[in-house]
Amino acid sequence: MASSTTKSAFWQGFRDSAPFLFMASPFGFLFGVLAAEAGLIVPEAFAFSLAVFAGAAQFTALQLMQENAPLLIVLVSALAVNLRMAMYSASLTPYLGDAPMWQRALAAYFVVDQSYALSIVKFENEPRMTTAQRMAYFLGTNGIVTPAWVIATVAGVMAGSRIPESWGVDFVLPLAFLTMIGPMLRTPAHIVACLVAVATSLPAAMLPYNLGLIVAGIAGMIAGAQAELWLERQKSKAETVK
Amino acid sequence: MSSIPTPVLWTVIAGLALGSYALRFVFLGFMGGRPIAPWLMRHLRYTAVAVLPALVAPLVVWPAPTDGTPSLIHFAAAAATFTVGYVTRNVLYALAAGGVSLLLLYLAA
Repeated sequence: MASSTTKSAFWQGFRDSAPFLFMASPFGFLFGVLAAEAGLIVPEAFAFSLAVFAGAAQFTALQLMQENAPLLIVLVSALAVNLRMAMYSASLTPYLGDAPMWQRALAAYFVVDQSYALSIVKFENEPRMTTAQRMAYFLGTNGIVTPAWVIATVAGVMAGSRIPESWGVDFVLPLAFLTMIGPMLRTPAHIVACLVAVATSLPAAMLPYNLGLIVAGIAGMIAGAQAELWLERQKSKAETVK
Repeated sequence: MSSIPTPVLWTVIAGLALGSYALRFVFLGFMGGRPIAPWLMRHLRYTAVAVLPALVAPLVVWPAPTDGTPSLIHFAAAAATFTVGYVTRNVLYALAAGGVSLLLLYLAA
């Protein structure tokens, strides 16, 4: 009985993640195209998408490598983009922390925007799920997205090596990032973080070794965190007045 | 053809794979049920929303296709893509807007 409900939790996660197929595939494809433009061949791009499995960080690393940024800067910047994964990991811990170590180690690889977003809503809405069911649901949410991401990357590389330079592919990357940024700005604090990061990044672009990105990123993070604190204080003040 | 030296590429792939895995594993694997400091969570919430715009802004202001000369049409294409994403909250609509902008850029060139 228990195993059948665990199985159904997996398939539920699988079904719930289906719409994300339409999001992972275009970005995976785009990464493949840009990787091909940067001179990567299929096995390289395949390994990149499979091993790193994080779109925004992969785009960041690709861009910085093309600018010949120092190795350390490439790694630090791309990992900074991925810091949010640590936050996802932290917020999933109360729900999955009781699972056996090998399952947690496996689940860690699959912590991405989509699986996190689906799972956290599910776990909050259905507190009676067992840890095994939660784990099955979480892994299920990756059943479509992960293969789609890797396959789309390979398709992108194959298509990308045939796309002529004149198509202006070198402006695709900023546009790809811009599509992700708009929907991310959900609160006033997000907007503050974004604006401060942009305002800092322009003068900071003069810094050597592509350090500007890191400086501007940190400035934006601090601004966002401070804005959140300030907004909370305003809210609690308003509530005490009432 | 390749502008990225192979050893650099593989070092980045390996480093990012290990680093990303570590970031994903750190709390789930080690922390058990212990709570995470609120100040840390507060900063982590704003990483992507700060780092990605910081990466994009210089690429939009000094676009690569014009060799870094500020260009109104590139700026307009970027603004349209961002605005559609922000207003609709939907990455797919933004992606469509970006595609159309790119097509218009190509026709204008």
